[in-house]
Amino acid sequence: MSEDLLVRAKNLNVKFVSRDATVHAVNGVDFQLAQREVLCILGESGSGKSVTLRAIMGLNPRGKTVVEGELNVCGQDVVGASEAQMSQLRGRQVAMIFQEPMTALDPVFTIGRQIAETIVRHESISYKDALARALDLLELVQIPSAKRRLEAYPHELSGGLRQRAMIAIALSCKPKLLLADEPTTALDATVQIQILLLLRRLQQELGMGVIFVTHDLGVAGEIADRIAVMYAGRFVEEGPVRDVMRAPLHPYAQGLLGATVHAGLRGKRLTTIPGAPPDLRAIAPGCSFAPRCAMVEAACRADLPNLRSPEPGRSARCIHVNEAA
Amino acid sequence: MFRYILRRIAYAIPIALSVSVVCFLLVHIAPGDPIDSIIPPDTPREVVEQVRKDYGLDKPLPVQYAVWLSRVVQGDLGRSIATRRLVAGDLILAARKTFVLAITAALLGFAVGILLGSTAAFYKGTWIDKACVAFAVAGVSIPHYWLGMVMVIFFSVLMNVFPAMGAGPGDWVWDREHLQYLVLPAITLACIPAGLLTRTVRGIVSEILSQDFVTTLRGKGLRNRTLALHIVKNGAPTILAVMGLQLGYLMGGSILVETIFSWPGTGSMLNAAIFRRDIPVIQGATLVLAMFFVMLNLIVDIMQTMIDPRIVRK
Amino acid sequence: MSNVSTATPDSAGAIVSDPVKSQGYWRGVGKRVMRDKVTLVCGAILLVMLFLILFAPWIAPYDPLQGSMARRLKPVGWQGYLLGTDELGRDMLTRLMYGGRFSWFVGITPVVCAFTIGGTLGVLAGFVGGKINMLIMRATDVFYAFPSVLLAVAISGALGPGIFNAILSMTLVFIPPLIRVSESVTTSVRNLDYVESARATGANSFTIVRVHVLPNVLGPIFVYATTLVGVSMILASGLSFLGLGVKPPTPEWGMMLNTLRTAIYSQPLLATLPGICIFVTSLCFNLLSDGLRNAMDVRN
Ligand SMILES: Nc1ncnc2c1ncn2[C@@H]1O[C@H](COP(=O)(O)OP(=O)(O)OP(=O)(O)O)[C@@H](O)[C@H]1O
Ligand SMILES: [Mg+2]
Repeated sequence: MSEDLLVRAKNLNVKFVSRDATVHAVNGVDFQLAQREVLCILGESGSGKSVTLRAIMGLNPRGKTVVEGELNVCGQDVVGASEAQMSQLRGRQVAMIFQEPMTALDPVFTIGRQIAETIVRHESISYKDALARALDLLELVQIPSAKRRLEAYPHELSGGLRQRAMIAIALSCKPKLLLADEPTTALDATVQIQILLLLRRLQQELGMGVIFVTHDLGVAGEIADRIAVMYAGRFVEEGPVRDVMRAPLHPYAQGLLGATVHAGLRGKRLTTIPGAPPDLRAIAPGCSFAPRCAMVEAACRADLPNLRSPEPGRSARCIHVNEAA
Repeated sequence: MFRYILRRIAYAIPIALSVSVVCFLLVHIAPGDPIDSIIPPDTPREVVEQVRKDYGLDKPLPVQYAVWLSRVVQGDLGRSIATRRLVAGDLILAARKTFVLAITAALLGFAVGILLGSTAAFYKGTWIDKACVAFAVAGVSIPHYWLGMVMVIFFSVLMNVFPAMGAGPGDWVWDREHLQYLVLPAITLACIPAGLLTRTVRGIVSEILSQDFVTTLRGKGLRNRTLALHIVKNGAPTILAVMGLQLGYLMGGSILVETIFSWPGTGSMLNAAIFRRDIPVIQGATLVLAMFFVMLNLIVDIMQTMIDPRIVRK
Repeated sequence: MSNVSTATPDSAGAIVSDPVKSQGYWRGVGKRVMRDKVTLVCGAILLVMLFLILFAPWIAPYDPLQGSMARRLKPVGWQGYLLGTDELGRDMLTRLMYGGRFSWFVGITPVVCAFTIGGTLGVLAGFVGGKINMLIMRATDVFYAFPSVLLAVAISGALGPGIFNAILSMTLVFIPPLIRVSESVTTSVRNLDYVESARATGANSFTIVRVHVLPNVLGPIFVYATTLVGVSMILASGLSFLGLGVKPPTPEWGMMLNTLRTAIYSQPLLATLPGICIFVTSLCFNLLSDGLRNAMDVRN
C-alpha cells in the first residue's frame, strides 16, 4: 500500500542550526501524496513551504540543516540517505521548479546543454541523443522555434520562456513527482496563466504527482486535488480542495480563505490577517496561531492541539474542531 | 563579438598614448635641467648642445614629446647615462629574465590560490576555511623582500640547497642548473598572488555557490564533477581578469625580489638606475613594463569576452 | 547583470546597499567589532606599537644614532641590549622604535592624502556626472594602466630619494583606486530614490551632498581606504629598502632591513627583525580592516 505513495512524511522537522540561533522552520508535518495527486500548499511568507519542498529533495544547505522524523519519497528514505543516494533520486524521480527563472538557470550554459546534461546523468544515452531529446522537450513545453532556443543562453530568453525551459529541465527524465515552488509568481499575469495551463496539461499527460506552492487562491482552485494550509512550520489544515475552500476549519485558514469563497477566484491573493507570524527561533508551546486568533482560549496556549479529523480525508490542528465519531 | 574586440583595441590606444606621456614626463619631473637627466655631467659643451637639438629640448613640451615618441616607436629608448649603452638592447635581455621569474611565480601562485580558495569556499565556516583565509591574509601582508631574506637564510645560508644570487651562468635556459636559481625568487614572488587569489577565488566561488542555480543543479542530481564544471565556467571570467592583473603586477613589481636575489631582470636594472640616477633607464624600463601591462589587460579583456556569453550583449 | 569585465576594487560596493545609516546601525557595528576577538587583538597590538614609537624619545633605552665599533652585531639579548645591536653597534630595540616612526608616517600619510584627494574627486565625479565624471575617470584609467609598485618606484626614482618624494609618489598610486571606489559608491547613492526626490524638490546640491550623500558614502570609502594601509606600509618600507626613502643614518624599518643584509650570515635572526616589524604591522592593519568591513556589512 505505502509503496504506491509518492511522499510519506511523518512528524517531519527541519531546523537550521547556527552559532547565533536555531530556526525551527518545519515543526512536525504529516502528510501523504498518492500517485498522480496534486497537493497545493498555501501559507504566509516564511511559514516553511519552500523548506518543506527542499527537504523532500534533500536540498536544504548541508551542514547547518537538521532533518528529523520520517520522510519517504518514491520508496527512498530521505532523512538517512547519503548524498549519492539522493543524487540518484533527484532529477530522475523527483524534480523541482523554482520561483525565479531568472536566477535558477546557469547563466553561462546553453539551455540545450542544461537539459541534456540531466538526461545524460540519469540514463545511459549519448550527449547527442540527449540533445535530440532536449529538442523534443522544448517542443513539449511549447517553446517557439525550439531548435534555435537550444543554443540560447538564459539571458536571451524572456521570463516566460525561461520558466518553460526550467519546466523542460524538470521533466527531462519523466519524474514521478514534481515540486513547484511558486512557479508563476515572478511572471506577468497572462504568462502566468499560460504556464499554469501548461503545467496542468503536462501533469495529466505524464501522470505526475505534484506539490505546488502558491500564494494565489485561484491557481490552487484550478490545479489542486487537495490543499494544505501551512502556518509556522505546521500543516494547520489539510483536505480536498473543494471542501477546504468552501468551509475551512482552522481559524487561520478561515482568515486566509474566508473572504474569497465564492466565484472569481482567479488572481485572488491570500488576504492578510492582522498580527505577525511567530519568531521561528523560539517556538512557544501551544498553538502557534493563538496570539493572532479571535477564538483563542486558555487551552490553546497550554498544549499544541493534535490533528483532528471531522470527516475522512480532512484534518485540522484546532481544539474547536470536533473529531468525527 | 568581433566588433567588440575592435572597440576594445581602439580603446586601448589612447590609454597606451597617455601612458607614454606619463613616462615622457618622468624626465621632466626630475629636479634640474632635463638635459642633465639624459647625459652625463662631464659631457663637453658642444655635445650637450647637439643632444639638446636632437631631442628638441629647446622646443616646447608637445614638440619634445612628438620627437621622443617618434624615436620610441622606432625602438630608440636613448642611452644609459652610466654605461652609455643603448637602453633598448639591455632592456630586452633583462625583460626576458623578468618574464621567466614572473610567469613562474604567477603560475605557482595561481595554482596555490585557486586550490586553497576553492577549498575554503566549499568548506566555508569550518577550520579548513579559516586556515585558508589565514594563509591568504598572511600572503598579502608579508613584505616579500623580507620573506626573500628569510628564504636565503634558511635555504642558502643554513641548509645550502639553493643558490642565493643570480640567474645562473649565461642566457636563461630551462634546465636543471638554471632552475635551481629560480626556486627561491619564484616562491618569494609567488606569495602575493597566492594570497590574493585565495581570497578572490574564495569570494567568487562562495558567491556562486550561494546562487539559486546551484540548487537547481543539485536538484538535477548532477555528479560533483559536472557541478564543478559549472562553477569553473561561471567563475572563470572574473578569476581570469584577476590573474591577468596579477601577472602584470609581478612583471612590474619584481624590483624588490630581484634586488634581494640579484636576479638580472628589469627590476635589478631599475634598482641600479635609481641608485645612479640613470633617468633614461628608469624611463625606458617603466615604459616597456607599463606597455606590457596595457597589452595584458587588453588580452585578458578579449579572452573574457570570448568565454563569457553574458558580456557580448552590451 | 554586473559587468564583470571591469575589475574595480569591489570591496566597498557591498556595504552601500542600505540608505542612511541610523545610530542603531553604528551601535551594531561597534557591538560586532567588540565581539570579534581577532580584530580586538590586532587593534591592541597596533596601539602598543603606536605607544612605543610615539614615546620612543622617552622610553627607548639608548640613542638611536650612537654606535660603537666595539659592539657591532651583537646577538639578541646581549648585555642589556634586548634585541642586540646592528652593523654599526647601535641598539636594535631603540632603532626599531625610532624606525617605526618613519615607517608608520610614510605608510599612513599617503593613504590619508589619497583618501582626501581621491575621495573628493570621486564623490565629485559620481555626484556631478557628465563631462566632469568623464574627465576624472579617464585620467584615473591612465594610472590604472601602470602596475602600482612600478609607478611608485618610477616616480620616486625620477624625483630622487627623500621622505617627501616617497609620500608624494605613493599618494599618486593610491588616488586612482580611491577615486574609482568613491565614484561607484556615490553613483549608486545618487540614484537612490530619496536622493532623487531631494533633487526633484530643488534642494541645493551642497545640501544634498552634505545631508544625503556624504553620510552614506564616507563609511564605505573609509573602509576601503583602511584596506590600503597594510599595502602602503609594505610599499613604504620597500621604497626605503631601495634607498628611496629616508637617508641614513636615520632609522627606518625598510632601510634597516637593507643595511642588515650583510649580516644574514653572522646574525640571521637579527637581520630579519625589522622585517618582522613590517610584517606584524601590515598584518594587523589588514586584519583590522577586514574586521571593520565585516562589522559594517549589513548582510552578515
Ligand atoms: N538556509 C536557511 N537558514 C536559516 N533559516 C532559513 C533557511 N532557509 C529558510 N529559513 C527560514 O525558514 C523559514 C521558512 O522559510 P521558507 O523559505 O520555507 O518560507 P516560505 O513559506 O517559502 O515563504 P515564501 O512564501 O516567502 O517563499 C523562514 O523563517 C526562513 O527565514
Ligand atoms: Mg518560498
